[in-house]
Amino acid sequence: MGRRQAFFQGARDALPVSLGYFSVSFTLGLAARQAGMSVLEATVMSLITNTSAGQFAGIASFGAGSSLLLTALTQAFVNLRYILMSLSLTQRFSAREPMGRKLLAAFDVTDELFALAMQQDKPLSPFYYYGMMAATIPCWALGTLLGAVLGSLLPQAVIHAVSVALYAMFIAVVVPPARHDRKILKLVALSMGLSGLMRALPLTAGIAPGLRVILIALPLSYLFARGFPLAEEAPYD
Amino acid sequence: MTDAWVYILVIAGVTFLVRAFPFVLVRRPIKNPTLRAFLAYVPYATLAAMAFPDMLLATGSLWSGLLGFVAAVAIAWTGGGLFQVAAVASGVVLAMELVL
Repeated sequence: MGRRQAFFQGARDALPVSLGYFSVSFTLGLAARQAGMSVLEATVMSLITNTSAGQFAGIASFGAGSSLLLTALTQAFVNLRYILMSLSLTQRFSAREPMGRKLLAAFDVTDELFALAMQQDKPLSPFYYYGMMAATIPCWALGTLLGAVLGSLLPQAVIHAVSVALYAMFIAVVVPPARHDRKILKLVALSMGLSGLMRALPLTAGIAPGLRVILIALPLSYLFARGFPLAEEAPYD
Repeated sequence: MTDAWVYILVIAGVTFLVRAFPFVLVRRPIKNPTLRAFLAYVPYATLAAMAFPDMLLATGSLWSGLLGFVAAVAIAWTGGGLFQVAAVASGVVLAMELVL
């Protein structure tokens, strides 16, 4: 696949994500304004950072007047799951790709783009990734801008419906392989079960979602790697 | 109070560093079989833990979220693509919330 073709394919595949981003970033803009950021500040923040949980946490830190060090630490913690995703992505791109190209993609390692990238055959073209970025980043920033300007004009039901779409995409990525592979089915079920349990138990309910994901995915993936090693040239690798 | 721009730079900077760190650290194909298997399993474990139970809590009521979740799993199980799954889940939630 040529660069151009990969770029436009990525942009096309990411269009549904763009729509979802639009609504999530709308609420982000709203929150930023309430915490005291200007419309310009909120929009630029979304243009150079694409992470819902991280930005919400950052806005909260700013609003509460937390120290910059605490803000940075919170940010690192909320975003820690991206280390797992980036690590996984290092193996998707060809090892021959220049570092600059990989770092440009690293700028936008989000839950959704990671999910889409996993759907692609190896090696993943960085230009496919740039196409996804080109389709989603403007929507993320534009949604924030509109949210900051317009406030809560959209009906709640619509915001809920669109924010569910992003989660549904994660399901669309994990369910088909789980159907064909018992190990993945077990992994997905266990992961969801533990996540639900941690969210329900009073002791662990307060743990930030990003951190919860790591606490579950890290040991579970390791146990599965030990218990069920991959066959040579595993189909889902 | 410190300028919002400083906070914005910290938020953007730390986020990028976290995302870029593995790319700088790991530059060649990983050969270790356990680590390779680990990385093959990571996407499923992370995406599953992110979807549930958060999808149920993203809506106005647990019921609309739950129905959206069940619909998404059902469509994905029967071979629906990304867009179909997302569209059906959204439609179900919207319908539920307009009715309730």
